Amino acid sequence: MTPNEIRDVILDILEDIAPDEDLTDLKDDIAFRDQLELDSMDFLDIVMELRKRYRVQIPEEDYPELASMQSTCKYLEPLMKDVAV
Amino acid sequence: MYDTIIIGAGMSGIAAGIRLAYYDQKVCILERHYTIGGLNSFYRLRGRDYDVGLHAVTNFTPKGTKKGPFARLLRQLRFRWEDFALSPQIGSTIAFPGVKLDFGNDLELLLSEIRASFPDQVDGFQAIVDRIVDYDDLSPEDYELSARELLAEHITEPLLIEMLLCPLMWYGNAREDDMDFGQFCIMFRSIFMEGFARPLAGVRLILKNLVRRYRELGWVLRLRTGVDRIHVQDGRTTGVILDDGTELEAKRVISSAGWVETMRMCDDIDRVNGRKAGQLSFVESISVLDKKPSELGYDRTILFYNDSDKFHWRRPKDELCDVRTGVICSPNNFLYESDDESKKLPDGIIRITTIADFEGWENLSEEQYRLEKLKWYDRAIASAVRFVPDFRGHVVDTDTFTPATIRRFTWHDNGAVYGAPHKQLDGTTDIENLYVCGTDQGFVGIIGSIISGISIANQYCLRS
Repeated sequence: MTPNEIRDVILDILEDIAPDEDLTDLKDDIAFRDQLELDSMDFLDIVMELRKRYRVQIPEEDYPELASMQSTCKYLEPLMKDVAV
Repeated sequence: MYDTIIIGAGMSGIAAGIRLAYYDQKVCILERHYTIGGLNSFYRLRGRDYDVGLHAVTNFTPKGTKKGPFARLLRQLRFRWEDFALSPQIGSTIAFPGVKLDFGNDLELLLSEIRASFPDQVDGFQAIVDRIVDYDDLSPEDYELSARELLAEHITEPLLIEMLLCPLMWYGNAREDDMDFGQFCIMFRSIFMEGFARPLAGVRLILKNLVRRYRELGWVLRLRTGVDRIHVQDGRTTGVILDDGTELEAKRVISSAGWVETMRMCDDIDRVNGRKAGQLSFVESISVLDKKPSELGYDRTILFYNDSDKFHWRRPKDELCDVRTGVICSPNNFLYESDDESKKLPDGIIRITTIADFEGWENLSEEQYRLEKLKWYDRAIASAVRFVPDFRGHVVDTDTFTPATIRRFTWHDNGAVYGAPHKQLDGTTDIENLYVCGTDQGFVGIIGSIISGISIANQYCLRS
């Protein structure tokens, strides 16, 4: 998957996890937490959805890498290189 | 071999099951009773539907609210706000002799009532509000500090302290006399800052939503299937043994049966030592009326009464019930959406709850039990009608349940309604892969126990 495709995946997941949030103006370089009302349970769900949908395993110590869209896509790029869209 | 076995198909157990099944775990929920719900269940009697445990759903927040337990629950279980069909309360009241305080789903009303009746306490009350810690910020160290001491720091009128504690203790204090600061914060938020609501169809709707979601995800819910023992070996559980002797293996077990009740099931050593089960249980009398309460001039959703200046929150020892205080709930008095009569409750209903002594009730003979239920129905109502219109001439049917009933259908020790006084906030036990959720983990009420199941499942069964 390309970084753009990964970005779409994350947007998709965010839409499911937080359906009331407006994602149209989401800034990639600002932390999700500072733009959206996401709590720690919602963050866990991002990890869980990635595992469920794409079989991507993210160890607990790497959870902080998912702070913003930019850092998330960067972190996932090598992990999802060979994953089909 | 299951990934997780969940003991108990109450709100917390089913919620935990949904989270685990949603993320593809092999889950099995085991329930000894022939129906779901546990402390918050429902039944049908003589052609009418009744709720167990539900007066109102607390923690109510309107559609679009993003913060708070209800919003979190909806996101975590992937429900829409509409799915719970919650109609807000009309309004509730705390009634002590000579003074009453109304409150609603907004702190403003309570604040203005305090301004009117206790004008010199307004600043103190505001200081209390500022001290209320948010749910996620409660630290285990601060949790068990004394709520009474905190209140006394800011409020100099003892009567106001008693009046504020009354509804908070009624809707969720497992301790006698005083309240944990942590629990005080949780209840203060859920009752005074968030508020009450109810689905027209009652508990039934909520449970059906939960079970349907769980079943859609394809996993197992077994009723009439009691767990006899939790098998423990070298500090770990390997699974459970059912009442009929069948062994079920699992990588993890979550129990909503209660702390002491769970420890008792562990089969390696005797674990039932210091920690005590809850002491607080209730008698609840339900009266079906030939008129709606509003036709009798009564519009209160919930009325918490106390017949002296001092509020007593303690299991009665000399009598089967303590009618000095009580909760009067009218399920009709919610803002159900329509003017269409068929979209309202068919009958007028008034529920009266009093604190009761489990041991006393449990030890009665069958005949005595029947007679005492009648007697205490009369006494509870006689006590209540000092605070609400006398509806006794309008009663067409009644039902009463006691601590023994609660014990019989939930298997919680002492018929305890809010669990043990000491909570296991982190949900762990000394057995590595055995966890507890539900009232003894710490969150009570419908929303609270659902959040409890979700939290424990998330924390120990989903993280890598």
